[in-house]
Amino acid sequence: MSTIDFLEDSLAHSAPESSAVGVDAVAVSAWFGSNKVLERVNLSMPPRTVTALIGPSGCGKSTFLRILNRMHESVPAAKMAGEVRLNGQDIYAPSVRITHMRKRIGMVFQKPNPFPAMSIAENVTAGLKLTGTKVSRSERSDIIEGCLRRGGLWNEVKDRLDEPGQALSGGQQQRLCIARSLAVNPDVLLMDEPCSALDPTSTRRIEETIAELAPDVTIVIVTHNMQQAARVSQQCAFFLAEQGSPGGIVEAGTTKQLFEDPHDSRTADYVNGRFG
Amino acid sequence: MTTAELDTPRELGQVYSTADKAFRRTTAGIGMTVLALTGAIGLFLGYQAIPTLRRYGLSFFTENQWLPQRDVVGLSSVLLGTVEVALVALVVGFPLALMTALYISEYAPRRLKSWFVGLIDLMAAVPSIIYGLWGFFFLQPQTIHVSRWLAQHFGWIPVFHVDTDPNAATWAQTKFTASAFIAGLAVSMMVIPLACAVMRSVFAQAPLGEREAALALGATRWGMIRTVVIPFGQGGIIGGTMLALGRALGETVAVLLIISPAFDIKVNILQVGTETTSALIAGLFGEASKAQLSALLTAGFVLFVLTLAVNTVAAVFVNRSRSGAATEI
Repeated sequence: MSTIDFLEDSLAHSAPESSAVGVDAVAVSAWFGSNKVLERVNLSMPPRTVTALIGPSGCGKSTFLRILNRMHESVPAAKMAGEVRLNGQDIYAPSVRITHMRKRIGMVFQKPNPFPAMSIAENVTAGLKLTGTKVSRSERSDIIEGCLRRGGLWNEVKDRLDEPGQALSGGQQQRLCIARSLAVNPDVLLMDEPCSALDPTSTRRIEETIAELAPDVTIVIVTHNMQQAARVSQQCAFFLAEQGSPGGIVEAGTTKQLFEDPHDSRTADYVNGRFG
Repeated sequence: MTTAELDTPRELGQVYSTADKAFRRTTAGIGMTVLALTGAIGLFLGYQAIPTLRRYGLSFFTENQWLPQRDVVGLSSVLLGTVEVALVALVVGFPLALMTALYISEYAPRRLKSWFVGLIDLMAAVPSIIYGLWGFFFLQPQTIHVSRWLAQHFGWIPVFHVDTDPNAATWAQTKFTASAFIAGLAVSMMVIPLACAVMRSVFAQAPLGEREAALALGATRWGMIRTVVIPFGQGGIIGGTMLALGRALGETVAVLLIISPAFDIKVNILQVGTETTSALIAGLFGEASKAQLSALLTAGFVLFVLTLAVNTVAAVFVNRSRSGAATEI
């Protein structure tokens, strides 16, 4: 399959039944200016799996996540090396259209960021509008309901879809953002500490949402919360940046193995809360 | 009974230090001075306008001739000319200012950005007499061809109509000179940097989180600008434009140099001759008698009220918008 085909074949809006799209990072390095922050990271994020990236602040895990959908390069002076393969295709290849690629790899940010000028319903369909995807009126309302259901928000907002998205609570806004990123039917969903600004109840709702999405979508989540990583992920990668050197993966494996039987003593120290 | 037992709202006070008190009073005093000065200008003009308004009454606003020697004085044609010149300046300047601001804040390479900002600011620093000279000696000979073309193709619209045959082989060039259109073009050069600076500063504040949200959904840069930057910057766009309008209404020297005074009520902006309030005052001020001076000051008062109104409306728009808090107007 050519690159363009592979990027344009996902215009359908039903939930993907057999999307089996994994992401592979191969020898990924990153710089901000001359400061190297990631050193040759290799990580395979298999399809239908939740991969958690854990590690102390400043270890490069958020940078790594932002490399996976090319948000990294929007930062001035940010550079990268290596390859990120979506279904085997390098998303950094010159023939790739960045807008198509980002449609397939959605992202949820640390701070909920619904579009303030839009209603709840408009927020959900914002991605369709932005990517120029035409849908009929009935399809549109199906997508709104479907995505809000998958985002775990439908029951709370079904009677006020025309209210502004910013009128919602922080946790609801974050679930709205998840619903918004689902509307363009991505194969991969990147989450950058999605619960760090939320209260425990909202956090639990989002974790439930993640569990419900996992069979359809490959999820990569950055979290500072070790219990959260243990609860939501099947696979885990521990990032660490030693004093004065760029960050990298110390250990990656199944979440169970990383938490119960870490091979590296630094991993053991971190998951047991002895530092970080 | 102690205060702790009283279940009524308490008077809350605190003690300020002497330095704090002194600073408060000084800054409050200076702030008040500025307000007082603006008020004084308005009061002075208003006071000076009383004799004229009493003498001519409402006809001061309906009469179009300005012939103080024949005791006929009116502002209608002058106000119309003022608005026409300002509108031409806005219609030409608004898209240019908006596009320039978007380019600088969203598209320009980082290294060139500060250069562009400096250049635009430089446009604002050029004295208006220079724009006037440029408009008269350079712009006018070029623009009359544009005016003729407009008259040829859109002459059936009253605004673009000129009382001559634009298709004639030897067309009456002088019919197209010294018009509101050409004056408006020169004024637009002066208001672009003003509008552009306000818009640019607002666009630059569009929240990064929302920008990234749009991009992460697969938006093109233009899509992101349409969904995030422009809605956020609405207040600045309107505010900057109104500010430009205020400036355009009052612009004097450049207009004075370009137009040839005419006191007809007419909407054909391409045709020779118009008059604006500020150019009228500047043109006649030197040789005015006492009564004429009062009439000119009344014109000044009207202009003052007009620009004040425009700027107030702009401030209301900007303050209501999300980006308003950060927009200085």
